Amino acid sequence: MSAQQIIESVSKANLKSEIPVIGPGDTINVHVRIVEGDKERVQVFQGVVIVRKGRGVNEMITVRRVVDDIGIERKFPINSPMIAKFEVVRRGDARRAKLYYLRDRVGKSRRLRDRRRGMKHVDGSAPAAA
Amino acid sequence: MDLMLMGRKIGMTRVFSDAGVSVPVTVIQCGPCVVTQVRTADKDGYAAVQIGFEDVKPRNSTIPVITHDHKAGTTPKRFHREFRVKDASAFQPGQTLSVKDLDGQMFVDVIGTSKGKGFAGTMKRYHFKGMFASHGTERKHRSPGSIGGHCSNRGYGGGLAKGKRMAGHMGDERVTVRSLDVVRIDPENNLLLVKGPVPGANTGMLMVRPAIRLYKSKAKKLAAAASK
Repeated sequence: MSAQQIIESVSKANLKSEIPVIGPGDTINVHVRIVEGDKERVQVFQGVVIVRKGRGVNEMITVRRVVDDIGIERKFPINSPMIAKFEVVRRGDARRAKLYYLRDRVGKSRRLRDRRRGMKHVDGSAPAAA
Repeated sequence: MDLMLMGRKIGMTRVFSDAGVSVPVTVIQCGPCVVTQVRTADKDGYAAVQIGFEDVKPRNSTIPVITHDHKAGTTPKRFHREFRVKDASAFQPGQTLSVKDLDGQMFVDVIGTSKGKGFAGTMKRYHFKGMFASHGTERKHRSPGSIGGHCSNRGYGGGLAKGKRMAGHMGDERVTVRSLDVVRIDPENNLLLVKGPVPGANTGMLMVRPAIRLYKSKAKKLAAAASK
């Protein structure tokens, strides 16, 4: 086995099999498990995906939302067991991979158009293509 | 049991613990190693075990090494290292040591050769602070500053004290990291996962042994696990 294969085999057990297709521009709900003592509850964080980077078990997404005119960005490891699930709320039309420009946008210009292009291939319920 | 294994650093990745915490791990292809020689107090003056690791093509080895390994009943090995033991009677030439022998260990020490950094200045090599960025400093921003008087350095006669920290070669030296957490042992694939980084580049040769002296916090952890 090559080094790459060994490393992938180590982290294979941590990979989730059912992740919806998520790309930059999409508005998603992230269900985060929160453990308080011995109790566990789920908190939902809704926002726009502005970055998706990394590969395999290291894959991360950055989700941005604005509360009371204060931007909040949270990074989530996609394969973390602390995340119960992802839900796609809306598909946004993003023309680039990293939407850092949304940080400078104020008001209506912060919104993204609904995505129409290529929607045939993207169905929120389908599992991610391998 | 006194033990040491050799292995190769494969690389780093992360695993998620049962609690959902992301743990950074280094993957080490550890063993199997073969005992190539047993040194005893009677014969050699000290008790130790010599192990060999990783097959090498005979034409890439030398006749003395091939013969040496052949005496232990094994194929030529690329690396040979010794480790001291209190009692060498538990080891026989030709015996195989694998990562399975580390089973039950919570902490290991990992010894490797750090990445070479070449000729490095004092800021990089010893974390000196350098000089001012401004206030009239010219072309000396990263220099070490004064290295003391030449005629009497702390009263020990002429010349600088030996070991004065200056610029020079950095890295490419033996480094031991102590008491790394063992995250997982995979005897089937001879893999050892330890928490955190280990010295050297990927594919570098490493030596792994059960932790010989624990840091205080780790000793507490061990005691807590033992009392459970």
